[in-house]
Amino acid sequence: MTRTPISTESDWDFETLERFEQELGRLAAECRLDTYPNQLEIISSEQMMDAYAFTGLPVNYTHWSFGKHFIATEQNYRQGQMGLAYEMVINSNPCISYLMEENTLTMQALVIAHAAFGHNSFFKGNYLFRTWTNAEDIVDYMVFARDYVTECERRHGERAVEQVLDACHALMNYGVDSCRRPVHRSAASERERQQAREAEFQARFNDLWRTLPKEEQKDGRQAPPRFPAEPQENLLYFIEKQAPHLDTWQRELVRIVRKVAQYFFPQRQTKVMNEGWATFWHYTLLNRLFDEGLVTPGFMLEFLESHTSVTFQPGFEDRRYRGINPYALGFAMMRDIQRICEAPDEEDRRWFPDIAGSDWVGTLDFAMRNFKDESFIAQYLSPKLIRQFRLFAILDDDTRDEIEVTAIHDDAGYAEVRRRLAQQYAMTHYTPDIQVWRADLRGDRSLTLRHTRHHRRPLGGTTDEVLRHAALLWGRDVKLEEVSEAGEVLHTRTVKAALDDAA
Amino acid sequence: MASTQLIDRRKNGRHKSAENRQRFIKRYKEQIKRAIADSIAERSITDTVSGGEVRIPRRDIAEPEFHFGSGGWRHGVHPGNREFVAGDTIKRPEGGGEGSGSEASDQGEGEDDFTFTLTRDEFMELFFEDLALPNLHKTRIQSMMEEEPVRAGHTHDGVPTNLDILRSLTGALARRTALRGPLRFEKAELEDRLAASRDEEERAQIRAEIEVLEKRISAVPFLDEFDLRYRNRVTRPKPCTQAVMFCLMDVSGSMDEQRKDIAKRFFMLLYHFLHCTYEHIQVVFIRHHTTAQEVDEQEFFQSRDTGGTLVSSALDLMDKIIASRYPREDWNIYAAQASDGDNWPMDSARCRELLTAKVLPAVQYYAYVQIVAAQEQQLWAEYDSLRAAHPHFVMQKIAERSEIYPVFRQLMRKTTS
Repeated sequence: MTRTPISTESDWDFETLERFEQELGRLAAECRLDTYPNQLEIISSEQMMDAYAFTGLPVNYTHWSFGKHFIATEQNYRQGQMGLAYEMVINSNPCISYLMEENTLTMQALVIAHAAFGHNSFFKGNYLFRTWTNAEDIVDYMVFARDYVTECERRHGERAVEQVLDACHALMNYGVDSCRRPVHRSAASERERQQAREAEFQARFNDLWRTLPKEEQKDGRQAPPRFPAEPQENLLYFIEKQAPHLDTWQRELVRIVRKVAQYFFPQRQTKVMNEGWATFWHYTLLNRLFDEGLVTPGFMLEFLESHTSVTFQPGFEDRRYRGINPYALGFAMMRDIQRICEAPDEEDRRWFPDIAGSDWVGTLDFAMRNFKDESFIAQYLSPKLIRQFRLFAILDDDTRDEIEVTAIHDDAGYAEVRRRLAQQYAMTHYTPDIQVWRADLRGDRSLTLRHTRHHRRPLGGTTDEVLRHAALLWGRDVKLEEVSEAGEVLHTRTVKAALDDAA
Repeated sequence: MASTQLIDRRKNGRHKSAENRQRFIKRYKEQIKRAIADSIAERSITDTVSGGEVRIPRRDIAEPEFHFGSGGWRHGVHPGNREFVAGDTIKRPEGGGEGSGSEASDQGEGEDDFTFTLTRDEFMELFFEDLALPNLHKTRIQSMMEEEPVRAGHTHDGVPTNLDILRSLTGALARRTALRGPLRFEKAELEDRLAASRDEEERAQIRAEIEVLEKRISAVPFLDEFDLRYRNRVTRPKPCTQAVMFCLMDVSGSMDEQRKDIAKRFFMLLYHFLHCTYEHIQVVFIRHHTTAQEVDEQEFFQSRDTGGTLVSSALDLMDKIIASRYPREDWNIYAAQASDGDNWPMDSARCRELLTAKVLPAVQYYAYVQIVAAQEQQLWAEYDSLRAAHPHFVMQKIAERSEIYPVFRQLMRKTTS
């Protein structure tokens, strides 16, 4: 089937963009991609830098750290040290994708395919996003957050707000209960809830605690049961609910940062899958456009040049090597699954009996919906890809003088390489395991955190600084116990609360 | 996909981050100020009023979070294996960077600086925070007007240099088209009749008519005086915002590189400071030993001379330059003098007289800095006696580089009156 190309120009206009969106939408529907409605926004490069600075949210509260990001981005961009990414997409409903005005038509089409159909369907389908984010309400919630922070600044001063936000940011990686599903709330109900809490707090205020009989403590010789009964991994939540000295508005700020952390929680764990999925779909959809004669060979050349540079994976000795490129690995795995479905060989049948020869659209859809990077790699990385990437696993142990190569791309090593690579994407690999161990609410009110070491890895140099932030929120002393994997306490750090600052 | 929306956001605000940027600058004001103070060393006096690059250590602005330090053990998977087989051992790379790469960027000795550019205004604001321009006679500035030519459309007459050729020719073309058009139609009609006519007499008559028409057509001039358009300029009064700054420096043998460097920095500060108020600043460099000379910046700071010192020679020259080039009505005049205080004993008194009689009445502000002086020099004493009568005359001593800025601040501090 030959048809006339949508455009032979390299510059875009609104009509052509709409045409592309329609054609890509038609093809995406043929491939059963389920997406939120799209909202494509044309922006300038300055606005793209703003979007960068807001860490990928269209609205955000005021904080100096976003200014820092903006300055860094702007500086690098001005000096030509980096191009801006062609795309940015927001997990919201409707799904907002930014198209930079400087992009050529080809790049715009690529971005539409990648972001507006690839990422969009991933946001809508993947279980982590479904569980942890609320696409319907994120934009509204951020508007609420921004206004609330501004209001707090007006009432309590910029400095006081900044202190709380700084402290929360330091603990931002500990703002999620990874094993408990959150209840979704709409932005409107968030506002109501915030007001209700304030009202309730006012109503409940009394001297009840002071009137409790004191003997209790002396009577029971036994140590009181530890509180919390189980260790809590969500430090921000615990602080929001239990910190003895925080004002209501401060608790609300903690909650805002916690909500933002939760919103980004799935993104960190699905980098490979998300980018791989989006890259796979822009590749597939644009090739189909070409097959139908809707784009010119020149278009394809420009597209492929960009595509290959995005999916380029330098080897470990290369100067450009910055670890495994999630676009490269993700795209290769998606394509590989498609290959295993369509044209499996004997090895594939051995390794992937379930999917070899199955319908690729359904199989990929299943993979996209039900996995995160760690499990996705553990499930789907094939020996063929391990050979193609020439992956090898090493063991770096500080008790030994040398690093050992433990597995390479051979029969003996496939399973090990796959297992190790999957672990590399596990949370425990990049976030130290720190939980609330004890809050001494009846005694000195100190908070004790526990870092359970993973692979004997200690905490880095900024730990005390983070603890000072935690102490600021908690309002009393904060202790951190480092515990070995066997459960024995190795040492304890204590940070005194600076009571003057807490107000 | 009927519900897809395509929205043009380019018209929306571009400066969503401006507030956050300001917050950042506010938060790290002290570090940034320090960085600015360091950076002026590398600049030429007039060079960088455009604001500039500021570097602050990345460590200072890091946002801390819990992360892994080095130690323990970990597996890593990397691509691009060529020769390794299982069981091989590799030497640990220097610096233990292996695997820590992008995951823990805050932890290591990643001492590269955070560099960014301040706009001129931000630069000035931070640099001269809580300083005021001394003795600024505001009334005088406002009353001082100069004429500034401004474009104001086009006129029919003017001097040839202002001729707008494009516009003139465009007009001419239009005029020619308008005037020749009807004649050409007429001529074409006659030519048709000529072709159709068989009657010789009629043909001759038509030919004659055509000839007349052709004459009339060719008589339309290519360019008429009427077409000429000149760019028009009118003069508009404009407040004068120009200043001249005199830098006077002693270059006798006793002023070594180090002292000159201190002087340079002081001049530079003053220059930047004046730039906050005045758009155009001229700088006059006068160096002197026993005689004074006007030189360019390069020579001012670099060449060295030996010999005695007559400070008055410089003041003399300055007075002459003011008289010949910088009339007091049009210029805001500032002067800064740097010296080590060494002077011919007889000359110091003459300096005082010159200052009192000629220089000080002409200038808005006169700053004298004396760079290192173990014992009181006579010049200092003479100058000192001027202070009471002339509030816009200030003097300070600087012994070390680090004192420049504090001294400058002291000289320029806001007077709360």
